[in-house]
Amino acid sequence: MSGVWSFLHKLGSPRWFYRISSQWLPWLGVLAGGLLLWGVVWGLAFAPADAIQGNSFRIIYIHVPAAFVSLAGYYMMAGAGVVSLVWKIKLADVALRAGAGVGAAMTFCALVTGSIWGKPTWGTWWVWDARITSMLVLLFLYLGVLALYEAFESRETAAKACAVLSLVGTVNIPIIYKSVDWWYSLHQPATIKLTRAPSMHPDMFHPLIVTILGFYVLYVVLLLLRMRAEVLEREEKARWVEELAQGRGLAPESGG
Amino acid sequence: MSIPMGPAWIEIARRDLLLAYRRRAEAANPLIFVLIVVALFPLGIGPTPQALARVAPGVVWVTALLASLLSTDMMFRADFDDGSLEQIARSPSPLYATALAKMAVHWLVSGLPIALMSPLVAGLLYLPAPAMPALLLSMLLGTVSLSLVGGIGAALTVGLRKGGLLLSLLVLPLYVPVLVFGSAAVDSAAAGLSWSAELAVLGGFALLAITLAPLAVSAALRINLDA
Repeated sequence: MSGVWSFLHKLGSPRWFYRISSQWLPWLGVLAGGLLLWGVVWGLAFAPADAIQGNSFRIIYIHVPAAFVSLAGYYMMAGAGVVSLVWKIKLADVALRAGAGVGAAMTFCALVTGSIWGKPTWGTWWVWDARITSMLVLLFLYLGVLALYEAFESRETAAKACAVLSLVGTVNIPIIYKSVDWWYSLHQPATIKLTRAPSMHPDMFHPLIVTILGFYVLYVVLLLLRMRAEVLEREEKARWVEELAQGRGLAPESGG
Repeated sequence: MSIPMGPAWIEIARRDLLLAYRRRAEAANPLIFVLIVVALFPLGIGPTPQALARVAPGVVWVTALLASLLSTDMMFRADFDDGSLEQIARSPSPLYATALAKMAVHWLVSGLPIALMSPLVAGLLYLPAPAMPALLLSMLLGTVSLSLVGGIGAALTVGLRKGGLLLSLLVLPLYVPVLVFGSAAVDSAAAGLSWSAELAVLGGFALLAITLAPLAVSAALRINLDA
């Protein structure tokens, strides 16, 4: 336990976070780039074409990972909110703010790729499909958190209020998803069908796993980059930030 | 001034009801709003009874959603501005119960009248008579959830000068499940199908909201009070 507590204690130090994330980022960046390159080239060039949709299904290698990460990102944000409310760790506030922005971007990416996929598959750019509609509501929830954060003058209050809102959203997301599913099965028009095979062929599925992993690592990279920018902004008066700005680098903290 | 007799939450509810009674004209505003918005739809869609009856469940529900939302903004604001909310939060009685009492009064003053008036405005849109009981009951249950979820938004934005538009951004996505099941109950009834399942789900939402929303509201109020 003491190891966990000292880790949490260190997490409270923005300077420690900045230093350690500088060490992680190159590796994570290479990992994300490698996984995405591998998965996308495999999926776009080597996976077999779909029997019904032909090549247009290949956008799945971007669409599905973005949708996965956008949902997981909301839970990450709510988790950061819990940490912020319970342990009052400032870095959790930073993670919450950064997670809202990156998550909204991922949700937007999933919506746009879904819309582009809809054109050849359904013949229209927008369909009130259950999953697309849920994604749209998820985007609204993200935008709500961002708007609430911007509305407060004090960052502390903003982060706490956003933490409560994201927790409320966490309780609501499963309910919203189930409601929208049920709503869609009630209203589903007969002419529109998602013509995807019920189970994917392994040759199509394996590249998808790689791109999903790649998107998760990409999410972490983007999150860390946003958090670092936010940490610098919050700590602009601190001496270590001044030294960093003067190009003197970041020395390890004395005493650890 | 009378000395409080019962638990704090009963006294708060009594005071809020008295305040609402003293400002009776204000209580009519959500109802007039519903009436005006519903009257706008025939002007936009056209007066064909079939077209209006087709969209009536959704229109009445969306209008009720907006009316409930617009009236939530003031739920905690007056008490926050004059400092009495701070006194309430400092008192030994749990803020959970007080928040629940205030939201219950909000439902009595705005949600309940909107629900009771909904068959009337639905009649203006030619909703068939067999669907009226479903509309009334689904509204009675659904507006409970709307008041409680709206209360979360009102508590989060209580410290902000311009809460109104932000409040709708926060709260409207959370209203989605109530809208889906509420208008589905009316649709089912209009089609002659059983609508007890939809009503049961709305009851479940209301119970969940009664249990959990006061937790979020009291946390949000404390955050705004500490700021």
